Amino acid sequence: MLSVLFYLPDMGLNDMDKVMSNKWIIALYVLPALLLIGIFIFIPLVLSGYYGFMDWDGIGAMTFIGLENYTAALQDAKFWDSAWHSFLLAIFSTLSLLIYLAIALILASKIKGSDLLRKIYLIPMLLSSVAIAQLWIKIYNPTSGMLNQILLKIGVENPPAWLAETSIVLYAIFIPILWQYAGFYILIYYAALKNIPDSIIEAARIDGASPVQIAFRIKLPLIMGIVKVTIVLAVVGSLKYFDLIYVMTGGGPNGASEVMASYMYKLAFDTNNFGYGSAIGFLLLIITLVVTYIVRKLTATKEEIQY
Amino acid sequence: MKQKKAITLLFTLFLSILVIAGCSNSDKEKASSSGESGNEKTIKFMHLWPEGSSKTHYTIVEEIISNFENDNPGVNVEVEVLSNEQYKDKIKVLSTSNELPDVGMTWAAGYLTPYVDGKKFTPLDDILQSDLKDSFVPGTAEAYAIDGKTYGLPLELNIATIFYNKAIFDEYGLEAPKTYDEFKNVIKTLTDNGVAPIALGNKDRWTGSLWYMYLADRIGGADVLTSAINRTGSFEDLALVSAAKEVQNLVDMNAFVKGFNGLADEEAKSMFMNGQAAMYLIGSWDLPNYTTNEDVPKEFRDSIGFFNFPTVDGKGELTSHVGGPGVGLFVSEDSDVKEEAKKFVSYFVKAWGEKSVTQAGVIPATKLEADSLELPQMYIDVLNELSNATNITLFADVQMSPEVAEVHLTQIQALFGKEATPEDFAKKHEEALSAQ
Repeated sequence: MLSVLFYLPDMGLNDMDKVMSNKWIIALYVLPALLLIGIFIFIPLVLSGYYGFMDWDGIGAMTFIGLENYTAALQDAKFWDSAWHSFLLAIFSTLSLLIYLAIALILASKIKGSDLLRKIYLIPMLLSSVAIAQLWIKIYNPTSGMLNQILLKIGVENPPAWLAETSIVLYAIFIPILWQYAGFYILIYYAALKNIPDSIIEAARIDGASPVQIAFRIKLPLIMGIVKVTIVLAVVGSLKYFDLIYVMTGGGPNGASEVMASYMYKLAFDTNNFGYGSAIGFLLLIITLVVTYIVRKLTATKEEIQY
Repeated sequence: MKQKKAITLLFTLFLSILVIAGCSNSDKEKASSSGESGNEKTIKFMHLWPEGSSKTHYTIVEEIISNFENDNPGVNVEVEVLSNEQYKDKIKVLSTSNELPDVGMTWAAGYLTPYVDGKKFTPLDDILQSDLKDSFVPGTAEAYAIDGKTYGLPLELNIATIFYNKAIFDEYGLEAPKTYDEFKNVIKTLTDNGVAPIALGNKDRWTGSLWYMYLADRIGGADVLTSAINRTGSFEDLALVSAAKEVQNLVDMNAFVKGFNGLADEEAKSMFMNGQAAMYLIGSWDLPNYTTNEDVPKEFRDSIGFFNFPTVDGKGELTSHVGGPGVGLFVSEDSDVKEEAKKFVSYFVKAWGEKSVTQAGVIPATKLEADSLELPQMYIDVLNELSNATNITLFADVQMSPEVAEVHLTQIQALFGKEATPEDFAKKHEEALSAQ
């Protein structure tokens, strides 16, 4: 039976079915991926939960302190502040999916230059996070930055220092984050829309449906599965978001732009509190799991759409 | 038969995957054991001056290493270079897995403590007492001492001074201030004329800490901050609270550039260097930009001077500074080639002391004969300040343990951003310090 691995060309479809229904063979094929995921994801995951039970500076000896780190985290106002910021980001990135969807609908409707536009939207995704951060730091510079220069030109007298004021810094960072991932979601929606068979659209058109009706009654329902996936992606991605915040403000000023992941990093690497940092990391995982579960429940539908 | 072959083949495949996954470890074991094999010995050395961003430093290090290898046949130095932040992260991870390089770079006091508690670094008192006896400026190697043992040997020594743009000062008929009233007058004149007085990048937070530390030093004397940190005093000392008040006064006067809490030090520096701000408080590590750095226009370099932080209401000494040693070298406790590593450190410190100031503009922590060297005037002035110094207070975030330092730095940002009152500021410090 193992010949299947080396003599694939000789085999008929029946042999293939027989082989693939053998549980051992299935296990064998799954094993390499399982090993890698185990080593690089599950084991570190369990370990970080375990480190959360320790008082550990990351260098010296560990002491077991039970649930102390976890209870401390639950009472840590800074942690909840950062969690709130992460949730805000999740809400904003979910809402922005609507805009991406609208753009994808327009792009997919064969307008002139849609190919070029699609490529332009994708550019931010090709840049590394640090490059994007540097770019936006320049744009936001309070005196010489592009944004404030424009505001001054159009007569705004005292434009804000975007990254320095605690009341706006968080939203100022959200913009490049949303911009960074726009191309990604637009591309997903675009591909999904392109997958809808022309015949269905054609039939609707013959029945006299307007373009708006086609979009809302036919295209949208057909790609609902993809939309749900992107909501989960956006929420999970936001909750564990780190890069731009770390480079652009380091979570500051005074914690105003701190999110869960940057707070975790700060605790582990800046204050040498690996035990507490691990506990926060583990809580981050649990929160993300719970939220993902809720999102999936909320968006669940019974029927699967088939073309 | 074929099936059996296939099974063997598959197992070899999986085994090799396992080997690949685990190979980073076995490689290192091999490397460290080869450190002793035969006559060849290898010292692993990690530093944080990459060729790209710190070319002169990098070149000196390469020179020192090749000289050392020539003088010590049979000993090789294997170098790994990372930039500052990456270096800090990697050293932490390596020490967790007991794979520290034989020789590496560390910072003083608070940074050093967990490594010493975890027995990762070895004491260097033997070379300090023999080979390098009396070669350090007093107070520099001491910053690396914990419980009477010295765990690092410093390479740099810096003091922070206020650099100012003479061209801007001249334009408004201003002179370098000696007293705080004069200083406030300078700020007022500049703001009245629409010039940003002080470049400050407080996103990095230690930059704002320098201002606070100097005010504390001038108002409360040289010891007040240090004794609050080492717990012989209190952070709610009146002088420390009024220093915090004074910081907010400066903020109210618009003394600092717009949006300073969101600017990185690099951005603030470029504002100063573009003449967009008149003053800039920074460590003497920045001297090359105002003297020898050919990338900076000569006209700008010639227009820069420095003055010591002014006295406040007649209190404080102009000769008391904020500063201290920068990076230092450590030798790993678990090193297989400890003797050679120590020899290398001692060799490095001496050679660095001879070359660093002339070739890279870095003031070494070892004693210098300023008169015998050909240096730009500003270097000679700073070196004179150093030799006349009555006190050098080590940077607060270095003095403190990492956890307290984080509180300090966050509070600095809150204080400058006026989200914390001076009293809260002092209280938060007091809480963090007494909690340890």
